[in-house]
Amino acid sequence: MKNILILGAGTSGTMMANHLVKELDKNDWSITVVDQYQTHYYQPGFLFLPFDIYTTKQVKKKGKKFIPKGVNYIQEKIELILPKENKVKLASGTEINYDILIVATGTKTAPDEIEGMNGSGWYKNIFDFYTYEGAKALRNKLREWEGGKLVVHITEMPIKCPVAPLEFAFLADSYFKHKGMRDKVEITYVTPLDGAFTKPKATEALHYLLEKKNIKEVTNFNIERVDPENNKIIDYADVEVEYDLLVTVPTNMGDALIERSGLGDDLNYIPTHKATLQSKEHENIFAIGDATNLPASKAGSVAHFEAEILTDNILRYIKGEPLKEEFDGHSNCFIETGDGKALLIDFNYTHEPVEGSFPLPGIGPLKLLKENRINHMGKMAFRWVYWNMLLKGRQIPFVSATMSEKGKHYEEVK
Amino acid sequence: MKKIIANKEIDVNEEGYLTDFNQWDREVGECIAGDCDIKLTDRHWEVIDYLHDRHHKDEPLSIRGIKKSGVIDVKEFYNLFPGGPLKKATLIAGIPKPKSCI
Repeated sequence: MKNILILGAGTSGTMMANHLVKELDKNDWSITVVDQYQTHYYQPGFLFLPFDIYTTKQVKKKGKKFIPKGVNYIQEKIELILPKENKVKLASGTEINYDILIVATGTKTAPDEIEGMNGSGWYKNIFDFYTYEGAKALRNKLREWEGGKLVVHITEMPIKCPVAPLEFAFLADSYFKHKGMRDKVEITYVTPLDGAFTKPKATEALHYLLEKKNIKEVTNFNIERVDPENNKIIDYADVEVEYDLLVTVPTNMGDALIERSGLGDDLNYIPTHKATLQSKEHENIFAIGDATNLPASKAGSVAHFEAEILTDNILRYIKGEPLKEEFDGHSNCFIETGDGKALLIDFNYTHEPVEGSFPLPGIGPLKLLKENRINHMGKMAFRWVYWNMLLKGRQIPFVSATMSEKGKHYEEVK
Repeated sequence: MKKIIANKEIDVNEEGYLTDFNQWDREVGECIAGDCDIKLTDRHWEVIDYLHDRHHKDEPLSIRGIKKSGVIDVKEFYNLFPGGPLKKATLIAGIPKPKSCI
């Protein structure tokens, strides 16, 4: 009997368990998933929680529910990965041997990385919305906030779901309008990037929306510290931005387990082959989702596409066949733009987000890079898709793991 | 596209970044620095050497990387290359603009 061990039961780990249990012979392979947390969060929902669009109940379920029958599930903290011994040590001291290891331990916010961020203002007038606790605390704050300077801020790249902070700014505009207090709120979007997004084509479309919604932009802002006494953020070039309410995306880092095990880069992400998902250092360790250092978005859609390709590659690895270099960085994101509308982007390592129709070429019904209501409905429907199809590893109709170029007006990235 | 830098014909992209590092030499670097109103000192060259080293090892460049480099702290990096230090320093060093990606 051989062992496949999956670390992490988030989006990626759960999908891998569901894929592999269908593919592997139970007589030859045992599959084990380890995760210390009881709750599986629907993380895209953290964007909506602060604005009372989703309730807390809508964004969490018991993680165990999504682990398929035939897979061992251990709810415990992981102490160490010992790649030379093909072993993982748990916090209780239990050791698990593996033949193949899949690391799906994700990424976390690390507010401690910036001086003053996690200090006296934290969860008083400085919030994140990338954690359940942060999003909920921010919801309570927004319910009673009387207005002032709202600063939406990104600390450093890469971050999980790189469009989420923009969506937050758009939704804030919409939220305060509906509360009849938009004139009391000044919204500023502060980013270390050159513009609104990481890809120039989408940046143009998104910049237009920021202007239309009267959201100010401060670009190329590399934060040095937060001054919680005087309510301002200061960057290395001594540029200061004042806030009354700071909604920041702290530095994102891979799990501390990766650092403890000596498997990560500067940000605790695992150096991973970008087309096969095999780790660069150990041939029987694979990484997926936010835990990798891939130059693709850290997003559920990316994890979903990766899971299909990684499953194939694990089967090939087991048979001793060469791995398929198939993952192209495909990413597909809805971008909420407020007032019940959204736009949709689809891109990969080499192709910018483009205009066109999705998923059916020429038909849609969703439109790429165009703001409309049907895209918003797509985003809202996605919560159901997530719990009922995506986590269970079911194929989403018409959406392929590698990006389709049909029905799109694309330009190659140079 | 082509651009004459230090009396040499150099291939650059729309933003002026060299597309072929083999065409780069210190003179080209100095000339580009001059266009950015930067006079290169030994300290600048130490940083450029570090950037070259990282680039040749295929390691991505970031402000965090600078912080951990042991070569320079971020404050001084901003003083040496005012404005967007990573963008300017890579332009002068003849290597691609860092993708603070995704």
